[in-house]
This record gives sequence, structure tokens and C-alpha cells, in this order.
Amino acid sequence: MIRRCLTMSVFLLIACFATVAFASPFHDHNQAVSANRAFEALSNRGIDWPTASQIMRVATLQNYNTRLVVLSTTILGTASGLIGTFLLLRKRSLMGDALSHACLPGIGLMFMIMVALGGDGKYLPGLLLGATLTGAGGVVLVLMIRNTTRVKDDAAMGLVLSVMFGIGVAVLGMVQAMPDASAAGLEYFIYGKTASMVMQDFTLISAVAAAVTIMSLLLFKEFTLVCFDEGYASTQGWPVTWLDIAMLSLVTSVTVVGLQAVGLILIVAFLITPAAAARFWTENLKRMLLLSGMIGAISGWLGSSISALLPRLPAGAVIVVVAAVIFLVSMIFGSSRGVLLRVLARRRLNRKVGRQHLLRAVYELIESRKHPEMTDVANVAIGMDDLLHRRSWSRKQLEKLIRIAKHEDHIEYYNGKLLRLSEPGFGEAARITRNHRLWEMYLIKHADVAAAHVDRDADTVEHVLGAEMVRKLEIELVKRGQTLLVPPSPHTIITGA
Amino acid sequence: MGIVGPNGAGKSTLIKACLELIPKASGRVTIYGEPYRKQRSLVGYVPQRESVDWDFPVSALDVVAMGTYRKLGWLRPVSKAQKELAKHAMDRLGVAHLANRQISQLSGGQQQRVFLARALVQDAQLYFMDEPFAAVDAATERAIVTLLHELKDQGKTCLVVHHDLATVAQYFDWVVLLNMRVVKAGPTEEIFTKENLKDTYGGRLALLEEAGQALRHAGNPGSYPGRSQQ
Repeated sequence: MIRRCLTMSVFLLIACFATVAFASPFHDHNQAVSANRAFEALSNRGIDWPTASQIMRVATLQNYNTRLVVLSTTILGTASGLIGTFLLLRKRSLMGDALSHACLPGIGLMFMIMVALGGDGKYLPGLLLGATLTGAGGVVLVLMIRNTTRVKDDAAMGLVLSVMFGIGVAVLGMVQAMPDASAAGLEYFIYGKTASMVMQDFTLISAVAAAVTIMSLLLFKEFTLVCFDEGYASTQGWPVTWLDIAMLSLVTSVTVVGLQAVGLILIVAFLITPAAAARFWTENLKRMLLLSGMIGAISGWLGSSISALLPRLPAGAVIVVVAAVIFLVSMIFGSSRGVLLRVLARRRLNRKVGRQHLLRAVYELIESRKHPEMTDVANVAIGMDDLLHRRSWSRKQLEKLIRIAKHEDHIEYYNGKLLRLSEPGFGEAARITRNHRLWEMYLIKHADVAAAHVDRDADTVEHVLGAEMVRKLEIELVKRGQTLLVPPSPHTIITGA
Repeated sequence: MGIVGPNGAGKSTLIKACLELIPKASGRVTIYGEPYRKQRSLVGYVPQRESVDWDFPVSALDVVAMGTYRKLGWLRPVSKAQKELAKHAMDRLGVAHLANRQISQLSGGQQQRVFLARALVQDAQLYFMDEPFAAVDAATERAIVTLLHELKDQGKTCLVVHHDLATVAQYFDWVVLLNMRVVKAGPTEEIFTKENLKDTYGGRLALLEEAGQALRHAGNPGSYPGRSQQ
């Protein structure tokens, strides 16, 4: 244990040292440049708000460059939304992050190799190949750390992510010091720079996105199985490891071609946010995939359009912000597991429960005042204080419930201070009390619930009893010779508090 | 056949090793005389219910239809025929009416029955079931027992990891008593005796357990005693 910790810390130390050692000679220069840029951004605060005609031009894709960027990010969004869904369901969200950060050293190294071979250092396919190689290397490293040591997934990912990024920054530092090689522009891969995109990039993104889309749709069944239950998948003879590799390769492809558009720091948000947002709207995986692809596409389109209108805002960041806004909206309004839906459902239930409690309390109160010789319960007026002692509710709560009941025309005031059930209210109260008691009797007879506890137990269920269940209850109890009028309570009703 | 033993006896591990889900330390697994890899289609597996995330966005029918995937083969989507098969299997376990429910909306017992239906749809000869009776309602327990008997009558074999000693004699014809090694195995009426149970559950194996931990510790310096290996 100790030895492993030591090895690891040595590894980390070397990495940190390497970062500092290689980067420091150019540190001043870098700092100057970035300080310069920061100063520019600070001193020039005004945002040039676009005019309507500018918005029209971007929305209708009239400018060649805008068209290229907007279409690229839209297509990329679709693909990343699709494969991101599987990544999310495989619980590998952070893996995408480790992967994208591990791309950076590859870019720098490949640049060096290509320059050394006398070629153009910024030849894009070459750079992306390098990114792919180290990105995949990062994933392999995570898996190796996880499988051979006791370091857990999250720690392994965090480690690889930061170390690989550190190495990448160091390599970029070295690259900039190389003689006769203009490395300017490589740092665009970190934050992304859509403005630098050309036709060649568009073709690449489209081809990769199409391939990823087709692959993830073809392998839908297999990916679903592996994500849901890998143990079962493996007993069925599915090559789980290979399917995982296929899935991660697709993620890698999207990540690598997306580096230029959104940058390696933000690409993980592009992979995960659409899928996470889509989950709020549906319980069906096919619909979730479709929706996630659509949300990805919308984020890409809207994000790059906004960025085209406000040149000061980098596209990658805006895309991620748009995706996050969609996520937020989904979280609140989502039709399947949105927060608002739950809150409303709970409020509706609470209201219903409150109303039923009030009506039953009133009914039981007037029932207790029934003349012993009368068979029927007469609708007599009662005082509010009597009602207050029926349940553990505060005066304020009770007053609110009465107000609602009065609004619903269930309760009316009688002679000023006294309360009385209205005609429909009386019927409703009798029905509610009857349901409650039917359920109580059922519980006592069939579930061996003690009579002293049954009131509480029935209370938790009766409010959600549907008409169908009440009918079943009736049948069940009629079989046992029960009368179906409001039956007497099977336990003594506590009247005072 | 029931597989019975105390916690940590290696009941699930035995099943998982048979199915090559975890590497074997030693020994050989043959199924009807052939290695497992050749006989996969004859083997159905019902994992422990907790082994999956029930929040997954699929319906009960989707899960059961997963049992047909292998026969369906690569890349081909699930069609009506597979859904029919799945529905039929769900019907046998009395959960057909829940087909379109999202799986998180099922009760524990219903989830277990969905898992059994998934294995059933495969039409295997030999079933490995990992604690199907764990934390299920009485109705589900009855449904599973009925299913076990039906499968037996069809000449199939079920290997069931079981926890409840009280029902062993009632549910299983054969029983394996396990505590890190096979204590006894054979027909239930011969093997399931007080004496053998004492051997299985009693403290006699304390030394073995200690030795096992020492071994694990030695083979894996990063681990510490008491932590099970996964």
C-alpha cells in the first residue's frame, strides 16, 4: 500500500516538475501574451449588440463561414448527444473528460514529429491522429489503474485527466520553443476556436458524425444490454469488452473532431449535458436517444449562431451554456422526472388529503352526535373548536382547509359561527368516510392489522384509492356479508385531544 | 438444486465463476460434459436483483426481450416476434400486465419476476439463479416456486442460491451446503440434516477463514483483512 502510494506520488511529482520545467522558459512570454489579451478584454468592455439584419443573416446562414461553423456544430451536437447517452448510461461520464484531456499531449507530440519529418506541423489529420492515440492511451491508463490497483474509478480518472493535461501543456510549451516552426494556433484545441474552421474540417466532422450516428443506431441493442446489465450480457456470449471499446472509440471520434469546435475542456459537457437533459423528458431509451441528439443539435446550432453574432464570445463556451440552459429547463419542466412535476403532484395530493381529512372529521363528528334512536346521520351544524380537536392540525391549517372546502362548496357557514356540510359536501363526506372504513375493515381482516393501528394505516392508502379499487373492496367485503352503507367504525374514535 | 451457506460462503462467487464472470482460482467447469463457452445457449442466468440500476430508461418488456438478443444476433433490431416471446414469458410469471411499465416503477418482487422471465425467454436447459427469493413478497415467492416445479417437470435443472433454511427442504430436491468449500452435496433428504448444517454454519471453519484471509493478504499487499475481493 505504502509503496504504491509512493510510486504514485513520485509519478505525480515528476509530472508536475516536467510541466514547470518545460513550460517555464517560455513562461514570461506566455504570461505577457495572456496578460495582454486579458487587458484587451477588460479595457474593451462594450459588446456590440447585433442588429436585426445581422441576426437574419446568421439565422439564414448567408455568410459562408457562418454556414460552415453552424452546420458543423449542429452535426457534431447530434452525434455527441447520441453517443453521450450511452456514455451516461454506462456511468462513464467522467471517462469522456479524461479522454479529451489526454488528447492534448498527442497534438503537441504529433506537431513535433511532423515538423521533425519536415512536413507541415499543423496538418490537421495528423494532429487529430495524435490526439486520438493519446486520448485512447488515457482511457487505457484509467482502465489499467482501475484493474490492477485498488484505486477507484473516479480517482483513476481524476489522476489521468490532470496528469495528461499537464503533460500536454508542457509539450505545447516545448513546441513553441522549437526553431522555425510556427506553433501558433495549437492552443485553440484547448478552448476551441470555431472561427478557424475550414471546409476540410466540416467534411471531417460530417463524416465522423455520420459514422458515429450510424454505428450507435446499429449497435443500439448491444449497447443497451451492456449498459444495463454487463454480467448478463457476458453470460449470453456478447463480447462486453469489445462493445465497451467500440463505445469508447465512438466517444473518442466525436471528442477528437470536436476539439476544434468546442475545445477539449468543454467537449465533455457537449457529450453529457444533452443526454442528462433528455433523461428528464422520457423513460424510453429510444426517445431519450432521439431527444438527446436533438438537444445536442440545437445547442450546437444556437450556440454557434450566438457566437457568430457576438464575436467576443467563443463558440465552445456559448454552446455549453446553451446546453446547460436546456438542461436547467428540462430539470424543472421535464415531463417525466422534472422537479416541477413532482412538486405539483405532491401539492395536489396534499390538497386532496387535506380535503378528505376535513370532510371525514366533520362526518365523524356529526355521526358521534347522532341521536341513539335514529339510524341515519343527520347533517347538524358544528363548531370550529370541536373540529380542531379531531386531528392534530393547527387552527391556521384548519382555517385554510375550511376556506378551500367552502370554495369547493362542500362546507357552508351556519348562523355565522357554526359550520355545516353542504348537500354535495355531505355526500362527499359520507363517501370518504365509507372508503376509509372499508379499507380499514379490509386491512383488519386480510392483513392482520390490529384495530388500534388500522386508522393510521388506512390513512396512508385511502387517499389514493381509485374507484376501481373501491369496487374490488366492496366485492371482497360483500362476500363476507358486510353492509355497504357507511359501516360503523371498527375501532373507537378518539374525540378529544 | 439449492446452494445454501452462510454469508460470505461463496455462493454467488461459485455461480459467477461457473459463468466466467470472474476468473477462476482453480478447477474446471463443464456443462453437460463440454466447456461452458460451447454450451452458452443452454445456460440461463438470473443475476441478483441489486446488480443492475433499475433507474435505467427501459420498460419491463424491453428487459425481458433482452433474453432473445443472442438468438437474434448482431445488429438486428427487436421485432414483433421477440416481443411476443417476451410477453409469453412474462405471462408465465404473472407480470404480463406490467409490460410497458418503466422498470423503476416495479416492486422488488415484480423486478425479480421480470429477471426470471428474461432467463425463461431464452429457453435454456440449465438455469443459474442468484438469490431469486431475496426480499420478495409472498406472491412472487409462490410464482417462483411454481416456475421451478414447471421447469423441473420439463426436465430442466435450476441451480438456486438460497438464503432461507426453513424452506430448503420444501423447494429443492438436491442441495449443496457451501462454506468456502463444499461441505456436503446430494439429495436434500439425505444431506439437509442438523449435523451437516452445523458443519456448514458452525465455527469450525474459523481457522480456514483466517488462512484464506492471510492468503488474500499475501497475494495482494494492497488489501487488508476483511475486505472481499471484487
